[in-house]
Amino acid sequence: MTPSPDSARTAAATPWRENRALVQLLALSPLLAVTTSVVNGLALGLATLAVLLVTNTTLSLVDSWVLPRFRTPLFVLVAAAVVTAIDLLCNALFDDLHEALGLYLALIVANCALLARADTAAARLPVLHAVLAGIATGLGALGTLVLIGGLRELVGHGTLLAGASMLLGPRAAGFELDAHFAGVLVAVLPPGAFLCMAALLAIRARLARPRPTPPP
Amino acid sequence: MARSDGNAILTVIVAGVLLAAAVWISRSAYDATRDRIAMNERARLVARLNSVLDPALLGRDLTTTRLAYTDAELLGSANPVDVFVITDRGRPVATVIASIAPHGYNAPIDLLVGIGADGRISGVRAVRHRETPGLGDMIDRARSAWIDQFRGKALLDPPGGAWHVKQDEGQFDSITGATVTSRAVVAAVRNALLYFDQHRDDLYRAAAEAAATEHDPEP
Repeated sequence: MTPSPDSARTAAATPWRENRALVQLLALSPLLAVTTSVVNGLALGLATLAVLLVTNTTLSLVDSWVLPRFRTPLFVLVAAAVVTAIDLLCNALFDDLHEALGLYLALIVANCALLARADTAAARLPVLHAVLAGIATGLGALGTLVLIGGLRELVGHGTLLAGASMLLGPRAAGFELDAHFAGVLVAVLPPGAFLCMAALLAIRARLARPRPTPPP
Repeated sequence: MARSDGNAILTVIVAGVLLAAAVWISRSAYDATRDRIAMNERARLVARLNSVLDPALLGRDLTTTRLAYTDAELLGSANPVDVFVITDRGRPVATVIASIAPHGYNAPIDLLVGIGADGRISGVRAVRHRETPGLGDMIDRARSAWIDQFRGKALLDPPGGAWHVKQDEGQFDSITGATVTSRAVVAAVRNALLYFDQHRDDLYRAAAEAAATEHDPEP
């Protein structure tokens, strides 16, 4: 018995086209290099959230006037402008943090362009929905980056929230927690980012799967 | 409201408006932050220079003259490297060479080598590096005190043959698991001392000339 050509094509396309996890993993990869601490993850996540919010809102406002194939270039233009502004403000106001993040703050443009591609379905939403979609996607990225940063910082350095004062001011200097162990080096090396990511995905998959029914 | 797919003329108008907005945002952000960023950079430079100076000099009214020289062999780069001559009322009290250790494990290591008027090292810092976290990054003063072992050393103290890590019959400790990094830093520090020894008079003269032509009281 052979399946009909249509259903075969759909089945083959599903893991590729519908695989949001793959697309979103790609979207996060430019930022994995510096998510070695909670504070770095928080800063990159907040910047991503701001960029997605502004770009989603702007593009939703002009969407009905623009030819579809020009949406992505315009998205990149708006994202680049916002990222430039954030990069300069960060350099002026959070100098130490800017030094720690280096080039990666500017790379948010690439990150957001990929996230936006994952959200093409949302491109034609009315403004309010687009704003909410931007916040939702941004919060998702923020949470993931903070989780990966926290996991890597805890396993790699044995601390949490080290350097919080770079982002939150001198009062946050006491936020740092120290687990008093030397840390496992690989967690803060680039492969550690992917190992942490794999762990998070595995946990998520385990939680999402229904409990197997016990054999009778 | 049904949404249209747009048309070419409207697309051009929207693109033009967004482009203008993007330029305006970038320009405003640049104008608003320029002074603050310049101030931050200056503060960072002053803090870094101070970290390799003899603490006894700090708090005095010092003048820093920024010079740039190229010496691929001794300064580690084919490009000009910053050399700061620090004077106290016209008298040179310290020199800071921003030399480069070209043979870092992953990439060249940017150093600051502070040398007193007596030719002895007042401090060394690795200011930019890509050494392996947990191993080579022990050259970073924030990670370990390894780099403090150069303080007080001079070109002939220890004598030339001993300006190596202990594995190479020298006098300097190397970082466990990061011998390549340690060798690179020891060699670069010695080369900076050699450069200073050969060019001391030129440096002091250039600093005096620069001070005579412009009055720039910094830091």
